[in-house]
Amino acid sequence: MSLFEHKISELHELLHKRDLSVSDLVDESFKRIGEVEGKVQAFLTLDEENARAAAKALDDKAIQSAPVNKLYGLPIGIKDNIVTKGLRTTAASKILEKFDPIYDATVIQKLKHVETVTIGKLNMDEFAMGSSNENSGFQKTLNPWNLDRVPGGSSGGSAASVAAGEVLFSLGSDTGGSIRQPASYCGVVGMKPTYGLVSRFGLIAFASSLDQIGPITRNVEDNAFLLNAIAGYDEMDSTSAKVDIPDYVGGLTGDIKGLRIAVPKEYLGEGVSEEVRNSVLDALKVLEKEGATWEEVSLPHSKYALATYYLLSSSEASANLARFDGVRYGYRTPNAENLIEMYKKTRAEGFGEEVKRRIMLGTFALSSGYYDAYYKKAQKVRTLIKQDFEKVFEQYDVIVGPTAPTPAFKIGENTRDPLTMYANDILTIPVNLAGVPAISVPCGFDKGLPLGLQIIGRHFDERTVYKVAHAFEQATEFHKQQPQL
Amino acid sequence: MSRISEDQVKHVAHLARLAITEEEAEMLTNQLDKIITFAEQLNELDTDNVEPTAHVLEIKNVMREDRAQQGLPREEVLKNAPEHQDGQIKVPGIME
Repeated sequence: MSLFEHKISELHELLHKRDLSVSDLVDESFKRIGEVEGKVQAFLTLDEENARAAAKALDDKAIQSAPVNKLYGLPIGIKDNIVTKGLRTTAASKILEKFDPIYDATVIQKLKHVETVTIGKLNMDEFAMGSSNENSGFQKTLNPWNLDRVPGGSSGGSAASVAAGEVLFSLGSDTGGSIRQPASYCGVVGMKPTYGLVSRFGLIAFASSLDQIGPITRNVEDNAFLLNAIAGYDEMDSTSAKVDIPDYVGGLTGDIKGLRIAVPKEYLGEGVSEEVRNSVLDALKVLEKEGATWEEVSLPHSKYALATYYLLSSSEASANLARFDGVRYGYRTPNAENLIEMYKKTRAEGFGEEVKRRIMLGTFALSSGYYDAYYKKAQKVRTLIKQDFEKVFEQYDVIVGPTAPTPAFKIGENTRDPLTMYANDILTIPVNLAGVPAISVPCGFDKGLPLGLQIIGRHFDERTVYKVAHAFEQATEFHKQQPQL
Repeated sequence: MSRISEDQVKHVAHLARLAITEEEAEMLTNQLDKIITFAEQLNELDTDNVEPTAHVLEIKNVMREDRAQQGLPREEVLKNAPEHQDGQIKVPGIME
């Protein structure tokens, strides 16, 4: 049995009693990476030397005094769009191939504070633009459940590394579903917190009004532990919210009696496979048995979310990615006579196809004469989508549906037409537009491929989301299944 | 009718500081046209009396105290610069 089949609370107990050392855990990580990384290809950079040194230092310290931090010594993987001081950070883009950050993201500082051990940096779609990891500038991560399938994206490496047992847990980021969709495809638990709950300082920006960092874990309780470690106000992020952070783990009572669940009819309609629909209906039966009630509702503007999202996120991306100009950091073309030519060639050679397409769409939507028709229109529709959620949350505690319309698709299946690829995010995107929190938990299998249940909550009500996810998990066995690699 | 012409695509590429080939211009015209056509479904909605949402939280004009801090050491700043000389970042000629 892998050490990572233990929950955080159990590992902490073993470490506390000195029945286990941090070095044992880090050994487990690198042993497993040695065995399966050739197949899964989740990591862009491994930090073995520093991880082993950190493990030794923590073990030495534990001889003096028993560890108190719950996350002390636990091996973590970090999505490669979160900057790590002195550890190469690329956002899976050739334009940042050799980028060596000079500071740590706030979430990394927080992880250092609770003494986790960073194993390495995880693959993703370039600048988080994609749903399959096929847009990485360097390699394609594969789904541990079936190596012909994608792991999802953009946090594909983060989900695949946890599912494959290479790390205990990981951090991802979610702009339109990039934590939840790969968590669903890889059979793990992924949480996108409320916009503003976790600092974005040091997250390489894609769409600033939508991006959020969140945890990917093997179970709900571990997820709650990790969110407690990274959440909180940060003066370095001007969109960081000044809210009190509750004890998420303490909220996992298993009691959901009287909970009112809303099930949007738009989330079980056209495009959602029958197996996915049935797994959600079965999940609702489980939740009913635990004392919750559910009713069908409507989020009438759901069908406009995809178009709204692509206009807004691409517009924001076109502005955010203007900084990659070959001047202060990153790749610079060797073939330019003057400054403008240098900018243009650097960006043409450094960015991948999907990134360029979105920069083009965003630049167009923001350009003179089109701004009102596209960008401002999308911002207004965003208001309508947000109001859909507010209305439902007046009467219900959570919204439940599938995370993705299908299980993981085949590599290469959706690469030809950008619009078919974008449709994979149709159930996760509205959540980012509304800024509310949502989790994906394993809820079934279709031909051996995991399916995910999405539970959506009110702004800053992660506690209820976790409580429902935990009650469901405790009543089912899906999360206990392991991929055979 | 197409929503975007190849000339427009070339103009947008210039605005975005992206060098594109003729083939890319053609491909992007095609793809952007499809995406923009898809996005135009938003016009089905009457949004005349709807306020735009730029940001979901009620946070405005966030200020922090203006305190003097040590800047980054020069060697750190230059560490990732593609080209530098005499402690300055170097770029190709700006003017003819």
